[in-house]
Amino acid sequence: MSTFYFIAFLSIFFSILVISAKNPVHSILYLVLTFFTFTIHYILLNAQFLAVVNFIVYMGAILVLFLYTLMLINLNKEAEPVKPFMVKIAAVFGGGILAVALVSSLKLLGVSDPVVLKNPDLGLVKNLGKVLFNEFLLPFEISSVLLLSAMVGAVLLATKEKETKATF
Amino acid sequence: MESLTHTIQAVPLNHYIFLSAIIFSIGVMGVLLRRNAIVIFMSVELMLNSVNLLLTAFSVYRGDAAGQVFVFFIMALAAAEVAVGLAIIVMIYRNTNSIDINVLNRLKW
Repeated sequence: MSTFYFIAFLSIFFSILVISAKNPVHSILYLVLTFFTFTIHYILLNAQFLAVVNFIVYMGAILVLFLYTLMLINLNKEAEPVKPFMVKIAAVFGGGILAVALVSSLKLLGVSDPVVLKNPDLGLVKNLGKVLFNEFLLPFEISSVLLLSAMVGAVLLATKEKETKATF
Repeated sequence: MESLTHTIQAVPLNHYIFLSAIIFSIGVMGVLLRRNAIVIFMSVELMLNSVNLLLTAFSVYRGDAAGQVFVFFIMALAAAEVAVGLAIIVMIYRNTNSIDINVLNRLKW
């Protein structure tokens, strides 16, 4: 039980570091740590498939993509100008108001039931694969089309167009 | 693995909702606070992940596998979104030599 609270503390700590780190590379590395704590949360919930997918897709693919983009952009100097102090205060205040509103409204619910894993093989690959390929077969196929179109769109957006540059 | 999952059984569902709400709010704060487009994008990823965790917790709580399948779809969607979004950021950088979002205020009108 205390494992959850320790990992939850680490998640919140690292996610605060993500938005407060000055250097974007440090920000990405803290985001890797945050996603690693999320993977531990999934393991604690016995969602082993999601833990592995989170580990491979998020930490392995998406964040490496972020790092590569940052390398392409090559922010050699401290390029980010800081916002005015009042705007920062307003931003923290706005986010804090959202957190307080959500948490205090949830407080009214009182003590909820504990999360009990009724079916131990709920999050295993075998069970999830059966659900995915029976009930959710059409969304699965549509998501493959989505990924293909996203790949084509990304290549189209990121390639240099020499002909159109000349007409500017 | 069995001993690990037994430790979770005393955690109330509310605490998962609290954790997700706090991390979602931190993501909102990051979007409002930063001006670097990549860091804003990372805050959006943080928000997506907090929702993923909450969906998984609800899925385990209800004993319904559909929630975890939704998380899988959200991850596929996030991958597509990141690919297109980072391509747009690279294109913006090529045109304006900066990824400061305040440069883009010419898009307002």
